[in-house]
Amino acid sequence: MIRIDVTKKLMGADGPFELAVNLEIAPESLLTLYGKSGSGKTTLLRMLAGLEKPDRGKIEVNGKVWFDSRAKIDMPPQKRKVGLVFQDYALFPTMTVRENLLFAQEKKEPREVDKMLALTGLESLANRSPATLSGGQKQRVALARAILRTPDILLLDEPLSALDPNTRRRLQDEILKTHRQFGLSTLLVSHDKQEVFKLSDKVAVIEKGRIAKHGTPLEIFFKRLTSNKFSFVSTILSIRKIDAIYLAVVETGNELAEVVLCENDVASLSPGDQVLVASKAFNPIVMKLPEEH
Amino acid sequence: MTLDLEPLVLTLKLAFITTVILYLLGLPTAWLLFRTRTRFKPVLEAIFALPLVLPPSVLGFYFLLMFSRNGWLGQLWEQLFGHQLAFSFDGLVLGSVIFSFPFMVHPLQAGFNAVPANLIDASYSLGKSKIETMFRVILPTMKSSLLTGGVLAFAHTVGEFGVVLMIGGSIAGETRVASIAIYDLVESLDYQTAHLYAAILFIFSFAILMTVYLVNKKLDLR
Repeated sequence: MIRIDVTKKLMGADGPFELAVNLEIAPESLLTLYGKSGSGKTTLLRMLAGLEKPDRGKIEVNGKVWFDSRAKIDMPPQKRKVGLVFQDYALFPTMTVRENLLFAQEKKEPREVDKMLALTGLESLANRSPATLSGGQKQRVALARAILRTPDILLLDEPLSALDPNTRRRLQDEILKTHRQFGLSTLLVSHDKQEVFKLSDKVAVIEKGRIAKHGTPLEIFFKRLTSNKFSFVSTILSIRKIDAIYLAVVETGNELAEVVLCENDVASLSPGDQVLVASKAFNPIVMKLPEEH
Repeated sequence: MTLDLEPLVLTLKLAFITTVILYLLGLPTAWLLFRTRTRFKPVLEAIFALPLVLPPSVLGFYFLLMFSRNGWLGQLWEQLFGHQLAFSFDGLVLGSVIFSFPFMVHPLQAGFNAVPANLIDASYSLGKSKIETMFRVILPTMKSSLLTGGVLAFAHTVGEFGVVLMIGGSIAGETRVASIAIYDLVESLDYQTAHLYAAILFIFSFAILMTVYLVNKKLDLR
C-alpha cells in the first residue's frame, strides 16, 4: 500500500495555491492523476520520486517511510525505488539502448538486461543510439529501463502525450501488459480521457491542487451512463438559415455535426456558445470502425 | 638561419598547463553558477566575465601589482616557493588562468544549461549518486561544450600578448612566448623570423578552430 498525504505551496499561472493531496494506491493497481496542466499533478509525482520536497506531510510506501516532515525523514531520490517515465523519454543520448538499461541496474547483470530486451521486443534495437529511434520505440526503452529498477512504484508522467494516436494506443496496451505482468503499483499522470479510461483502476481528478473527485473511471466520467440519453457538451461554430429552418454546425470533441434548430432556440444562441446537445430515446447506430494503420 | 623553437614550445606548455588548471577550476565554477539560486549570481557572472572586456594592459597592470615582490600574492609566493612570481613562468600560468577563465566557464555553463533536467532526474531516480550522474550522464552529454571550452581556453592562452608583456616580460625559456618573441623580433627588425613565427601561429590557430567546428558538427549530428 502506498499512502501519500502532503501539502506544498505552489506558484500557479494565476497566483499561488496550495497542493494538498491525500491519496492511497492499492498494491498492483493503477491510479491516474487527471487534471489540467498547472494543477499540481507532476509536482505530486516528483514529490513521490524525491525530486521535490513537500512542505509538510508523509509519504509511506509498502510500510517504509519515504518522507515525514515531523520525523524529519526525507529519503533521497537515489534510495527510493521508483521507476520514472517522462514525456520526453529522458534516455541518455550518449548510451545505446542496452547501455541505458544496464545503467538502471545496481549490480550489473547483463543477462537480466538481455531478458528484458527480449521480453519487450527491443532486441533488434539493443545497440542503437536513442537518437535513431522513433518516439514509440524510445518510450518502450524508457519503460523497460524503469522496470529494471524493480520499483516499488512506477511513475508515468504523461508518457504518451508526445506520440501519434496509433502509437499511443499500442503503447497503452503495452503499459497495461507490463503493469500487470510485473505486478506493479503505478501512478499515471494523464489528461487524455480515453487513455485514463482504458488504463486506470482508479482516477483522482486534481483541480487547483485539490482532489476534486476520486473513483473508478466509470464513476468519474460516465455518471449518466444509466440514463439512456446521449448528451455531449459542444460548441456552436455557425448558424445559418435555410428556408424555414436553422442549421447549426456544432463541434463535439473533434467531431463536427450539423443539427437543426428552431426559431425560438436561435434567439438565445450565437456562435461560440457552449451548449449541451442531447438526444433522448433514440436508436443509435453502433458500427465497428476499421482499424487505423 | 636556425629557428629557435623555444618560444613555441613555451607557448604550448603554458597553454596546456593553463587549460588543465582551467578544466579543474572551470567545471566546479560553471556547475555552481548553473545551480545557484543566489541573488548575487549576476555579480558573480559579471566578475567572471570581466577578463572578456578589460584591456589586457589593465589586467596585466593589476596582476603586476599583485605578483610583484611588494604585492601580497608575490610576497606570499616568494615565502612559499622561494622565487618571484612576476616575471616567472608560474606568474604567466596564474595570469593566463585568470585571463582565460571566462573562455572556459562560459561554454561549460552553457553546456550545463543545455543538459535536459529530466536526464539528471532520471539518473538520480535510477539510484545514481550526484558524482556518478555528473561523470556518466551530464559531462558525456555536453561533450561538445567541454571541447569548446578547452579549445577556446587553449587558443586564447596561445594568443595572449598584453598580459604576458606586463607580468612576464621577455625572459628566454621562462616567459618569452611566441607572441612576445614576434614583438621582439619586429622591434629588432628581424622580419624574416617574425614572419616564420607569425605564420606558424596563424596556421596553428586556424587548424585548431577548424578541428573544433568539425568535431562539434559531428557530435551534434549524433
